[in-house]
Parts: sequence; structure tokens; C-alpha cells
Amino acid sequence: MSLRVSDLKVHYRTLRGDVRALDGVSFELGDAEILGLAGESGCGKTTLGKSLIRMDGRMRHVGGTVELDGTELPIGDDRRMNDFRFHEVSLVPQYSMSALNPTRKIGKMVGELLRSRGVTPDTAKLLGRLDAVGLPHEVLDRYPIELSGGMKQRMVMVISTLLDPSLLIADEVTSALDVSTQKAVARALAGFRDNGFVKSMIFITHDISLTYQIADTIMVMYAGRLAEKAPARTIVEAPRHPYTRMLIDSLPEVGVRHADRRLSGIAGSPPSLLDPPAGCRFRDRCPLAFDRCAEEPPAAEIAPDHFVACWKA
Amino acid sequence: MTALQEAVPRDAAAPVSGRREALHFALRNGKLLAGAGVVLVLLLLGLIGPLTIDAPPNEYVGPPMQAPSSEYWFGTTTFGQDVFAQFVYGLRTTFAAGLLGGVVASLIGMVVGFLAGFRGGLLDEILNMLTNIVLVIPTLAVLLIINAYLGIRSVVAQAIFIGLTSWPWAARAIRAQTFSLRGRDFVDLARLSGSNTWKIITREIAPNMSSYLLLTFILLFGNSILIASSLDFIGLGPTEGVSLGLMLQNASQWSAMQLGMWWWFIPPGAGITAIVGALYVANVGLDEVFNPKLRET
Amino acid sequence: MMLRLDNVTKVYKVGAFGGKTLTAVDGVSFDVPEGQVVSLIGESGSGKSTLGKMILGLVPVTAGSITLDGAPVRPGKEYYRHVQGVFQDPFSTFNPVFKADRVFQLIREAYFPAATAADWDERVRAALRDVRLDPDQVIGKYPHQLSGGQLQRVLIARALLLDLKLLVADEITSMLDASTRIDVLNLLAEIKGRGLGVLYITHDLSLGNYLAERTVVLRHGTVVEMGATDRVFGRPLHPYTRQLLSAVPRLHAPWEDAEPVTSCLYHDGGATGGLAEAGEDHFVACARLEGCLEERLGGRSGGRLEGRLKGR
Repeated sequence: MSLRVSDLKVHYRTLRGDVRALDGVSFELGDAEILGLAGESGCGKTTLGKSLIRMDGRMRHVGGTVELDGTELPIGDDRRMNDFRFHEVSLVPQYSMSALNPTRKIGKMVGELLRSRGVTPDTAKLLGRLDAVGLPHEVLDRYPIELSGGMKQRMVMVISTLLDPSLLIADEVTSALDVSTQKAVARALAGFRDNGFVKSMIFITHDISLTYQIADTIMVMYAGRLAEKAPARTIVEAPRHPYTRMLIDSLPEVGVRHADRRLSGIAGSPPSLLDPPAGCRFRDRCPLAFDRCAEEPPAAEIAPDHFVACWKA
Repeated sequence: MTALQEAVPRDAAAPVSGRREALHFALRNGKLLAGAGVVLVLLLLGLIGPLTIDAPPNEYVGPPMQAPSSEYWFGTTTFGQDVFAQFVYGLRTTFAAGLLGGVVASLIGMVVGFLAGFRGGLLDEILNMLTNIVLVIPTLAVLLIINAYLGIRSVVAQAIFIGLTSWPWAARAIRAQTFSLRGRDFVDLARLSGSNTWKIITREIAPNMSSYLLLTFILLFGNSILIASSLDFIGLGPTEGVSLGLMLQNASQWSAMQLGMWWWFIPPGAGITAIVGALYVANVGLDEVFNPKLRET
Repeated sequence: MMLRLDNVTKVYKVGAFGGKTLTAVDGVSFDVPEGQVVSLIGESGSGKSTLGKMILGLVPVTAGSITLDGAPVRPGKEYYRHVQGVFQDPFSTFNPVFKADRVFQLIREAYFPAATAADWDERVRAALRDVRLDPDQVIGKYPHQLSGGQLQRVLIARALLLDLKLLVADEITSMLDASTRIDVLNLLAEIKGRGLGVLYITHDLSLGNYLAERTVVLRHGTVVEMGATDRVFGRPLHPYTRQLLSAVPRLHAPWEDAEPVTSCLYHDGGATGGLAEAGEDHFVACARLEGCLEERLGGRSGGRLEGRLKGR
């Protein structure tokens, strides 16, 4: 087991009180597994991704533990986490465009970055990685502005994984890209796992169809909690949580026309996480809700590797 | 990894209303409260003080060269003028000069900055050139010439002159802000609602930078007071009336320092320093209130 | 009502002295008839948003013409009575310092100054109910207190207050969550029933396919394929359309590989010829129909093809 997250709680401090962005999430991630983390804005998926590598000033680790390859990550301690960042856990952020220093040639920047982490740059390895994502070696002599969005994204992917971290977190890495570039970048990410550059990966996206293409397992989150986690195929073909079902039913696919089959969204909106209601958080929007939903449903394993937090599952 | 910035989370929902948040931080910002407090006290003194004094400030009311006493709080000058009376009247004039100068400079800076930033193109080029020209005009030299030919005899004329020469940097700053706002979708939406340029500037863009405009005005206000006092001190001020700068000039002219009459030059000197210093401190405080990045957590 | 684009071209001047030019849109022609949703599909840099802005009169046209019922675009109060837009980012479309319902107030000031407060309030409420919003949940709120989906609906309601003939919807769902965006799309499909035309600009083929009667596929500022949606997506002929379709992540099928778009020399770097009719209501810039390559390539050498591909 490469990553084990137990009852992780991370809150945001605001003027009006704590926003419980992540409120008790537990899951495990196996070796060589790509976990697709899906959900809508505000579900806590980005918070989860950030918690595993770097919390920002307003985030507070309230409870729970994160264990990576048998070692507990000091996620609440920014300085102690430094030993793990880049070496053990690495991140590819959404806006790689702004992650690269515009005044440095890329090759030089990579060298500086590695040295600042106390690592001697390994040119052969770097060039090999560029080949792996299909970037020409000349990019090292270019400035970030000379690269297209997809190229920058791939460059950041290469940099983030140069030290072969155990866990790579890819946060909405393709959402700013065109569909054809998106495909190339997503495939390159899966290739990192196939080639053993990273042991396991968390692929965060709001797009279930995209995560279905590369993830082994999909975890759907809702309002700071886990709703359903299962093998990718199961989530798409046989979802059990009403939220997952409604979410998948709301996705238009090529071939579905409004005139033929009218899809519908999910009425209502997620509860405020400042003071979330007790019990199941999807209750207000759920067509299946009944009295027992006032009680919080645990994430039960209803089939091997299929966890659902719903009384009706 | 440090080189990689992270995206601002949308997950962190529940923002507090902007104005309430600003007020919340304003009431807890020591710099703002202290700065605004000092300015307010001096302003009140300048407004109310003169009402309690019967004689005009330049009247020879008492014995000359008196040190501060219960009768003459700040003492008297070589000619027996009441320094306290001069001080409170001077505060009034100084505030008026600063306010008027600040208003004139803000108005010009806003018109030029908004138009250049919003319209762009040729108008921007022309206004930019104008801004740069005024920016490099040696204010003092021009003032000497104007004074020689026309003579600046009133506080109003002085303030207007200061306003006319100190707007360029404000215009540049406002232009840059406007430039970044004009690409926002709400500007397009206003166009689609039939709004013309003037309406878009005054009703869409300006309200978005109200905090910025306030900061600009405060800086221009402080700046005007400083320039007015300097002009007064070197003898290019209004010949009539009394101001903190003129008091300093008189004190210096009649060798107050050499005669040990500290009560003559310290009040106006301290007054100017206090007003301008407090304005800048308040400005830094306001900046922290409006700009969350500067807030200490 | 009919919006007609005829050979519309937009050239931007770039560089320090405007010496260089950039052609964002190059000779685009299509119609948006009343009662139809036409989707304009393209990736970033395809010129789709520039086209939308030109139709809205926010960006001047360099060459060609855009006409509404035969009359050219004349940005101003009268034109905007009939043509309105909704943009991509709802949080940027609302001025953050004002309450969200101020967008209605602007419409009232410009178009209905005579309306009484009570009358206007009732109209706004009716428009909000038309877009399935509870007026009491929206009126008096600041933009950040509403969700993206609610804000986009408010903007559609705002447009519906006018005597609308054409709505330009530029990526209006790309920032919305999956569970709410489909309802906004359904809304667009509904309002076309009022006899107005909708131009739905998007990069998302599945959304365009779901909603639109007709589809225009744009690449590098030119139309590569257009026609009835079921033909364009059901029987795509241009390699670019095929490539786009194959790149769309699907829910029940893994990605397939399509032939690379560069296999067609004739249209690499922008079409120079017009659209060929490939069937009923189906036009393709490069039909790749039988014999297309031989016919169009003529005597050009393969070596040049290689060179051009590498240069891209």
C-alpha cells in the first residue's frame, strides 16, 4: 500500500469561522495505482491534493493521518514537509503557465531548482524524460514564453517527477488545455506511472469522462466527504451512490442530442461547509433520501474495492 | 516544490462581503486608526480652535517673546502675536491648501488616467506625452516665474497651482489600473446594456478601484500640504493670512531659533510633520485593509 | 430573423508599431436562422470568441460583413435591443462591487426608463422564473453569494427582458459544474423556441452536439466543416473534425487514435478554397472524398509536405 489516508480533516480559517473543506476522508492508494479524484467545485478535492503536499496559510490540519510508504507525513508542519516535497510527493499544478520562472531559460531553471533541493542535475535522465513526454531537447534552451500551454504543462510534469517521487498529485492539469492537447498530456501522465517514474498518482479533475480514460480507481467526493470509490469501470458502469449516478447521467456524450434525450442536472446546491448539516450531506438534493439519512452514512465496502457512503447503496 | 505556485482554491467557499471585511480589518488596523486619529484631532483643532479666539491671528495681542503660559498656551512671537492663535488658524489654512490641492490633482489625474487607460490608442499616446511633460517640469522654477509675473497671493491660487503640477504620477497609476479592468467582461456587458464610455468609467470602473482612488487622494493630500508648506517657507506662499509654513518662515526670518524661542517654530514644524506623517501611516494602514496580501495573520 | 456572416475577416495589428498582423478570423461565412441553436466549435486560437465579439459589435470587423435581417451590425442601443451576449466567466461578467441584480437596473435605465418600479420588479421576477430561478434567492444578493450556474441564468434572464432576436453564448458553461451546466444548456434549447437564434460558442464537442441543430467547426480562423449537427458529428469528413472527435474523452469507451490532421496538405495552415458541398446541409473545406488528395495536391512534392509539417 503506497498511500494511506485516515480520517483526514482539513479546515479553512475564515472570518466567519472554519470552513470544513475536508471533513474526515479515508482511503488507500495501491502501488502503481492512478486514483482519479472527481467532484464538483467545493467538494474538497483540491484541498485534499494540497493537504498532501503543501497547505496554504489559511488551511489547518484538524485531524487524521497521512501515511506514505509506511512513513507518516507531517502534513501540518510546513518545514518538516520540505524533506518530502519533490523527493516523495510532488505536484503538477493547474496553472503551469505561471509556475515557470519567465526570466530563466528552462534548462537553467531546472538546474537551479535541483541544486536548491541538494540534488546534482542528471542531464541524461532529464533528456530521457523529455523524450518520454515527447518534448524536443531544445526546450531547455528556450524561455517559458516560447512554449505552448501543452508543452509547458508537460515540462512541469517532467520537472516535478525528476526525483522519482512516490506520489504525484496532478491537480486539474488539463482543464486549461484544448481537447487534443488534453489527450496527449493525460496519456503522458499515465506513461509516467507505466514507466515507473512515479509509484502512484492522484489525478484531480472535475471531468469524470477524462479521469475514466486514465485512472484505475475513481473516488467521487461531495461536500468534503467521500461519496463513492471504486474501480473506474464500476463508477461509470454501475455507480451505487445516488450522487455519482446523477452526476454521470448529467454528462452529455457525443451522440446524445437534446431533441432525442433530455438530460437533467442535479437541482439544488451543496451545503455550506461553514456549518454543514448533520447526516448525509447530499440529503437535500437526493431523490432517495429517507429518515435514516439524518445519520451520517459510513463509507462501507459493499463489494471488493467498492466503497459507498450511502444507506441505500 | 517551491518553484511551483498553487492555484487559488475555489474550494474555500464562503467569502465575506467585501465592505464588511474591509471594515472588520479597518477597525483592527493600528496604523490606520492611529494615523486617522491624529489627522482628525488636528483637523478638529483647526476647525474649532479659531472659533474660540477673538482677535485675528496676526494681531499684536500681548507682550512679546513670552514663553508658553496659561494665558498664551504656545507663547507669543517677537511682536507679541499669540502663537496658539496662529497655530490653529494655520492648521485651517494648511488643511485647506492640502485638500484643495489634493482634490484638483486627483480630479486631473483621474480624468487623464481613466481616459488614457480606457480609450487607449492615439488618445492614450497624447495623454501619456502630456503626463510625462508635466512630470518633468521643474515645479519650483515655474513657480518662481509665475510668482514673479503674476504673484500668488491667495491660498486658493497656491493650492490650484500645486494641484496642476502634482497629478502625473496619479494619472499613471490610475491609467494602469483602468487598463487592467477594461478587459473584464463586465465592461462588455455594460456596453451591451447601452452604456457609453463615460458611464462605463464612472459606474463600472471607478467603483471597482474606489479603495485605490482613496489611497491616491490621501497621498496627493499629504503631498500638497508638504509642497504648500515648503513654498510658504521659502517665501513663495500667500502674502495674506497665516499658515503653518508661513509661521515657520516668520520664525526663521526673525531668528527664533537663535533667540531660543522654541515655542515659535516647534508647533508649526511638529504640526506639518504630524499631519503628513499621520496621513502616510494611515495610507499604509488602508493599503493593508484593502490588500489582503499585506495583512499580518 | 437571420444573422448572416459573409466572408468575415479579422486582422489584428501586433508588434510595437503595429507592423505585423495576425489574422484571427479568415473569410468565415455562415448563418444563424431564427429558432435554431448553431454551435461554433473550435479550440483556443481558432477565432471563435473573436467571431462572437464581432457579432456583438465589441470588436470591429476588418473585412466582410455581418448582417442581422439584412442590416449591418451597428453597435449601440438599438442593436443591443435585439442582440445580446452571455460570456464565459460569470464572476467576471458581474461587477463584483455591486449586487447581481444591478444588471437588470442597467437594462431598465437604458431601455425602459418609463417603467414603474412595481411593474419593472414584476418583469424581472417573471424573467427570473423563466430561467428557473427563485427571484427571492437572487434579488439583493452579491455575485459571490450566488453560484456560477445561477449567475449565468441571471444573465440569460437579463437578455430575455429585451426584444431579443439573437443570443451569443460564448463558452457559458465551461466554468460551471457538470451537475448544473446541463440545465443551463437545456435553458438555451428552450429559449430558441421563442423564435430567437442562439449562437453557442464552445470548445466542448459533446455539449455542442447535445444542443445545436447546426454546427460550424473552426480551425485557425477558417471553417473546416459545417452543416447539420448529426451529419458533421455523425459522418465527419474533415480530418480535423475527426481528430477532435477522437480526442473527446468518452464515458464508456477508451480513447481511440485518429489519423493526424496533418495528413491533409491542402488545408494545413488554413483553407484557401471554399467549402465543398459533401451532402445535404454538409459542407467541408477538405472533403477527403475519393480522389481528393490526388486531385488537390496535383504536382506538389511530398518533400514540401514534410517541410511544412516540421515547420509547424
